Amino acid sequence: MNWKTFGALLARDAHVARRNAVQLFLQTFLQPLLFVFIFGRVMVGSGYMPPQYKSLLVPGIIAISMVFTGIWAVTMPLIAEFQWTREIEDRLLAPISVPWIAIEKVIAGVLQAIVAGLVVIPLAWLILRPGVDFSMGTPLTFIAVIVLIATFSACGGLVLGCSINQQHVGLMFGMVITPMIFFGCTYYPWSALKNFPFLQKAVLINPLVYASEGMRATLVPQFPHLSIMAVLIALLFFDCLLLVLGLRQFEKKAVT
Amino acid sequence: MAVGIRTQDLRKVFTSAPPLGAAGGFVARGDAKGQKQQRTQIPALDGITLEIQPGEIFGLLGPNGAGKSTTVGILTTRVRPTSGQAWIGDYDVWREQARVKHLIGVVPQRPNLDFSLTAREILTFHGAYFGIGAKPRNQRADELLEKFKLGERANQMVRNFSGGMMQRLSIARAMMHDPQVLFLDEPSVGLDPQTRILLWEIIREYHQLGRSILLTTHNMEEADALCERIAIIDHGRVIAIGTPKELKASIPGGYLLRLRFGNQTSDLLQRLQSLAGVREVRSPDHSGVDVYADRGGSLISEIAGLAVTSSAELLDVHISEPSLENLFLHHTGRSLRD
Repeated sequence: MNWKTFGALLARDAHVARRNAVQLFLQTFLQPLLFVFIFGRVMVGSGYMPPQYKSLLVPGIIAISMVFTGIWAVTMPLIAEFQWTREIEDRLLAPISVPWIAIEKVIAGVLQAIVAGLVVIPLAWLILRPGVDFSMGTPLTFIAVIVLIATFSACGGLVLGCSINQQHVGLMFGMVITPMIFFGCTYYPWSALKNFPFLQKAVLINPLVYASEGMRATLVPQFPHLSIMAVLIALLFFDCLLLVLGLRQFEKKAVT
Repeated sequence: MAVGIRTQDLRKVFTSAPPLGAAGGFVARGDAKGQKQQRTQIPALDGITLEIQPGEIFGLLGPNGAGKSTTVGILTTRVRPTSGQAWIGDYDVWREQARVKHLIGVVPQRPNLDFSLTAREILTFHGAYFGIGAKPRNQRADELLEKFKLGERANQMVRNFSGGMMQRLSIARAMMHDPQVLFLDEPSVGLDPQTRILLWEIIREYHQLGRSILLTTHNMEEADALCERIAIIDHGRVIAIGTPKELKASIPGGYLLRLRFGNQTSDLLQRLQSLAGVREVRSPDHSGVDVYADRGGSLISEIAGLAVTSSAELLDVHISEPSLENLFLHHTGRSLRD
């Protein structure tokens, strides 16, 4: 393992992320913050939603922001670099074995997803205050959940980025991302699906469910949520599964 | 210490669309009964064995789709061989990829510059990937930018660079970590004559430092001008190998006269063969005659006389002096440009 090369690859991604900071910021936070404003502020303020909804909403928004930042940070550059500009080739020729180049992409995605999560928490709190009732009873569990969510998003990004044709990016949003958000227990807790027993079981294949429920379990445990152990195990399972799949796809793409 | 290149019976069959510039000769589809899915089979290399000496400039010459880029792809770790082995120095290309990548610099057929960076950053980050410290890599980047006449645009994003500028920057990037072996895949395609001369000078200069250089080209002039030895490749096979001089000397007679007659008969072909200086007469598709001879223009009057006495009207004459193009034609019956 060549740590100097690995560090230089990470430095390159950090440099590019810094250069595109404003664009990344808008891309990542505009939609979730508008959502927070409309549902948490307008709807609650006008009485259409109960005041507790503010606290229920924020963990889901954090999960969405993290997951989509991670996916976006890995998928979009990979699609462009493999298919359009082929610029990934210069990194494939760096003196390091091919899977480490993919792992570097995942780490860059994980870091961006964590930053997104940590930025959206105070922003959401600022928009919604007063009335957001967070507790941080178990900081270690919170950190574990955050890291597992970020990893699953970046590994998912690796799988998508190495599997999707550039012409199908629009389709990816329609067919993968949108259903994932709406069936991801982001705007409602999983227990709210109890009147739809089939759906309640079916959504369990969606890793975003565990991300949202995990954030809820650690930030607003007063609301119903999946057990934290189930969340940790499921997230770990998705992390491993997507990493293995992603590395396989990456190698297929990198070497013909 | 200079590093050589070896390949042993390299074969490659693509089962999906090959990358740009690495397409093979033809596409065959499996359609046997009972086969559930038809699989594309594109043979690109059919047993390439080469030995390139340390410090040599070696050329792979062949038409598009001959297997040149696939050979370079395998030697640069980007293409997995179906069978056979390749070594850069003592390292097996497939088994010791990271070590091999340390030794090589690659200029691809199509620029693949990092569009998120400026020209200077492309060089400095490339240096960083290869573990070069901050100060020496900045210094080397500046030297190369100057050398490749890119100094004025150093801090601009490369997205808006012209094709020639991108190509120059690709070459500068490949040289950034001072590799022992430099691969250039069709380096002068799309370059204006002035830049091509600059490129040739730079390649020669780099070679004088004792580096090995493998370049692919379908431009005979380039192969002739730059390479110490050349392998001519067609349909994934080496059909001739040697110095440009040896290769040209191997063509029967050296001169090629391409003739077209209004009324071509086998008697005419025999009579052409009997002319003094004619080594070989071929008429592959009966639409014309290729005459290999050890003289050119001085044969024309005799050929014209023969045509009159055989009532075969001489319609067209083309004389080529000894060249690699003639050699390719002699071996394959096709022009390099076909």
